[in-house]
This record gives sequence, C-alpha cells and structure tokens, in this order.
Amino acid sequence: MAVTREDVLHIADLARLGVDSARADELTRELSAILAHMEVLSQVDTNQVTLTAGVGAGGTPLRPDDREPPLMEGVLESFAPAMRDGFFIVPRLSTHEDPAEAGA
Amino acid sequence: MVHASFDRARKIGAGPDALNIFLHADEDASAEEAASMAERIQGAADIGILAGVPVAVKDNIATLGLPTTCASKILAGYSSPFEATAITRLRANGALIVAKTNMDEFAMGSSTENSAFGPTRNPHDVRCVAGGSSGGSAAAVAAGITPIALGSETGGSVRQPAAFCGVVGVKPTYGRVSRYGLVAFASSLDQIGVVGRTVDDAALGLESIAGFDKMDSTSSDADVPIYRLSALGKPAPKARNPDTEAMRIGRSPVPLPPPPDANTLAGVVIGKPKEYFPETLDPNISELCDRALDRFRSMGATIRDVSLPRSPLAIPVYYILAPAEASSNLARFDGVRYGLRVDSGKGLKSMYEATRSQGFGPEVTRRILLGTYVLSAGYYDAYYKKAQAVRTLIADDFRAVFNSGVHAIFTPTTPTPAFQVGAISDPYEMYLNDIFTVTANLAGVPAISVPIGRVRGLPAGGQIITGHFDEYNMFRVAYALEAGLGAEAHR
Repeated sequence: MAVTREDVLHIADLARLGVDSARADELTRELSAILAHMEVLSQVDTNQVTLTAGVGAGGTPLRPDDREPPLMEGVLESFAPAMRDGFFIVPRLSTHEDPAEAGA
Repeated sequence: MVHASFDRARKIGAGPDALNIFLHADEDASAEEAASMAERIQGAADIGILAGVPVAVKDNIATLGLPTTCASKILAGYSSPFEATAITRLRANGALIVAKTNMDEFAMGSSTENSAFGPTRNPHDVRCVAGGSSGGSAAAVAAGITPIALGSETGGSVRQPAAFCGVVGVKPTYGRVSRYGLVAFASSLDQIGVVGRTVDDAALGLESIAGFDKMDSTSSDADVPIYRLSALGKPAPKARNPDTEAMRIGRSPVPLPPPPDANTLAGVVIGKPKEYFPETLDPNISELCDRALDRFRSMGATIRDVSLPRSPLAIPVYYILAPAEASSNLARFDGVRYGLRVDSGKGLKSMYEATRSQGFGPEVTRRILLGTYVLSAGYYDAYYKKAQAVRTLIADDFRAVFNSGVHAIFTPTTPTPAFQVGAISDPYEMYLNDIFTVTANLAGVPAISVPIGRVRGLPAGGQIITGHFDEYNMFRVAYALEAGLGAEAHR
C-alpha cells in the first residue's frame, strides 16, 4: 500500500511533527518503501490467532492500586521553575499570558 | 579502579573525537563514590557482589548524578529526578556508575549512527560501527574501560553490538529485569540487558539487577537463581545491611545448583533452526557457527535440526509494532515537560511541532510517523492488528521447539560482521541487521550473544536462546561455548 504525500502530512499533523515540503516528499518515498516489505503479512492466515499485546508469563499481573511515590532525588519543587497549588508552572509560551500574573 | 577506567578511556580515545563511547562522565564524583566504597570494604560492611566494579550505563537508563538524554537533542541536558531500579540494585551491590554511554537516539537503530552526538566507533576497527543501539556500552567493554555495562534491548540492541564488538551481550526474559527508569521506546518489547567481557561478567551483571519490582507492572516475581559459575563454592556475602538487602529482592534463597563443569553438555539438546542459516548467510559466519556446533557436540550435546517457520516474518512484525508503541511513548516529548522547547511564537500546536521536528533526528521522526500511520483509522487492522497476530505465531514456534525437548537454540547473532560507518543508508537494509535477534524480543524469551571468532578481522557472535525464565540453561550453554572455543573465540 503506497503512502501518499497527503498521508504523510496528515500523520505528521497527528504526531505533532513539523514536516517541510522537501522532507514530506522524502518521507513519502521512505515510508512507502518500508511498508512494501510489510505486505508479506497479509498472506498469513491469522483468523484463529489470539493477538499478542505482551509476552509477560501469564499476562500482566493485577495488583492493588496503591503504588508508592517514586524516590525522588530532591523535593518536587526543585524540578520546576515554579509551583502553585501543587502543580508545576511550566515556562510560558510567547503567545500566552504569564500564568503567575494571570493567577494573581 | 575508577581512575583505571578513566585512564583507559583516555588512552584508548573514548572521547567524542575518536571512539565516542561516553556521553556523560564525572571522574571526580566517581572517585568520591569509590572512596566511600573503599570505606565500606575496610569496615567489612555490606559490600555486595559488585563491590568497587566500575559500570557504564546506556544513556536511556535513568541515573542520579549524570544526565539521561537518550542521545537526543530533545533531552539535551535533562537529568532524571529519580533512578532506574536496575541502577539502584547495581549500587546496592557495590557497583560504581562511572559513565553514560552513546546510543542510537531513543534506542532506534542498529549502528549508533543515529545518535545526535555522532556515531560510536568499533574499538576493533575505527572505520566500522560498534553496532546498536547500545553501541557505546558494547564499545566500553570491548575497549577494556569497564568490565560490565548496561544496555537495553527492543529488537537486539545489546546482542548485536556485543557481537560486533567481540564481547558478551545478554537479553533477559521479558519481565526478568524491571523497566522502571528505562526510557520507554516499545514497552511490550523493551528490556534492560547486560554487556560483559565474559559470560561470567554478564551473569554477574544480570544477577545483580534481576528480580521483582513493584514499580514495573510487567515485572515477574519468579525467583532469580545464581547464574555464575564463579560463585561455586563461595560463601554468601555477610553482614548485609537490611536497607540494601531489600534491593536484592528476587534472589532465590536456595539457588539452583550451578552446572558442575563448564566443559560438559551431556544430555543437553541444542536446536539448529534452518531459517537462521539461509543460503545467503555470510559463509564465514556460517563456518564459525559450524565450529561452535562441533564444540557443543564434543562436549556431549545433541544437535537437532529444528524449524521456526514464522521467523522470516519477524522484521515486518517488529517494524510495525515497535514504531506503533514508540509513536505513543514519545508523545510526551513536547517541549512542555522535558528538555528542548522551540517557541515559534505561533501558539501551542506550533510549539509542539517545532520542538519535535527540531528535537528528534531523522530515524526517530520516521518511526514515529510509521507508527502513527499503522495505528491510524483505516490501517490499524491491516498492519497493527495483523502484526500482533503474527507475533503470536512467532512466539508459538519457539514454544513448540522448547516443548519438543530442545533445551536451547543456537543461531548466528548477526548475518555479517560490523560494517563501515556510513555504509548503509537505506532504512530497511539497516533494519535487516536485527533479523536473527528480533524474534527473541517478540517471543519474550532470553538470549545471549557470545564471541565465536572473527571474520575479516572483525568479531562475530553466536546466539543462544532458551525458554521463558530459563536463563540458567542459557548461561550453562554459553559458559560451555566460551570454554570450548577458548582463545579461538577471538580469532
């Protein structure tokens, strides 16, 4: 199944990847060539096959939902420029207003 | 020993202008840690089975004290606020983490050429790649800088560079080693693995990091036996500190008996799968494998022809499933929470796109797009779902062989020895480097690469695969192969 340029631009948009025009052409060729090798799978009869999403012995074990917080090197506040109400305040975008001022 | 490691690194040219093995190292901090370890040893305190041993760690495994960048511009300068369980266990066993090693960006590659910081070169021939994606870890051990290094596997990323660099590389059973703190690439395939100078070093390293971890929901609580022949007859370490002992969870209180002799394989059945010895295989690699199989026979093993008929489908399956999982796992690198941000001044979506397109290299971009494509509406059933089903068939093939009385499978690790830097530009041709290793990841079984000789002066590896959680027999056969080949393994 050949990938079109429109496909590449669409999936790049879904994946939040900026792709310029020249790179879109390259990726169209590269992805089409790679996917051509995948076509062999369509010949395999898998009607009676259970899907494998993981290979852990006996599947993923269930456990109580009581995970402890990870051991951090420092206090939470040391990993962000600022915090408010227990949340990180990340650096603002140039197009956004300053959250510190907005919350003042 | 720490200074010896750094001296060796300087002497051999491990820096970015030569072999380019390390991304981050701090000799002063490592020396301080070593001094503290020396005090522990002097005081006969709890020193662990790796006391004072310098260990290098692949740069996608979170470490306190050194950055964790996955060899990507998007994580340049990032330091993890927490540490991987495997690293905590290494430290609890006395190891000294001396450096973070170069790798293909986010572990996507087979040559370490996809590192944002330049390729690692092979210590045996600097014109050649070290393999990948754990190329820096394999090169660190091959160059004699550290006896043990940690790498990670998704499709062969420890075994393939180990084969290219003439050292031992082991991928444990999926679930054997905690993935907590390993930066996720493809979560259903990822495992931390060990590179060692010898089989015993690799066994020592794996034994130190294996075992259940409540921080990883796919971690197994199966007992971890002592794998090392060198532990035979040695008393258990004493005066253990309860705090560090807690990190050694998973060790069986009554270890399975180690094999009595590295030179016997009496009663062991080794399968030779025809799909891994195609007519197109490099005849020199084929000859080295035949020699290894002869040694197995001379040690009493039975060699049986077997078939893993769906193995030729493994590369297409892997390059659908791994990119699909990667496209989801790497969505978190968006310019908000980690490292790089490129603010184009056009709003949030534009910032995401600019950050990710400038932060990720070409191979990571290609795989994210491939993964997004096979998961997108209209293609999900034809690619992703189909690949999951064929993965089941590949795992069934292994199960059938092991259920038929075969204890271990022997194959070449790679179809060729190391190639020259820049020699492979076609992405799919590069993917074919994983053709003999990727099946063990898809099936979740353990596998080890052991040096079996040289081709045109470059190392080649032989691979031993066993059933789920049967690392014991895998090491048993690996010890025997190493002993059987002796010095021939490196010439």
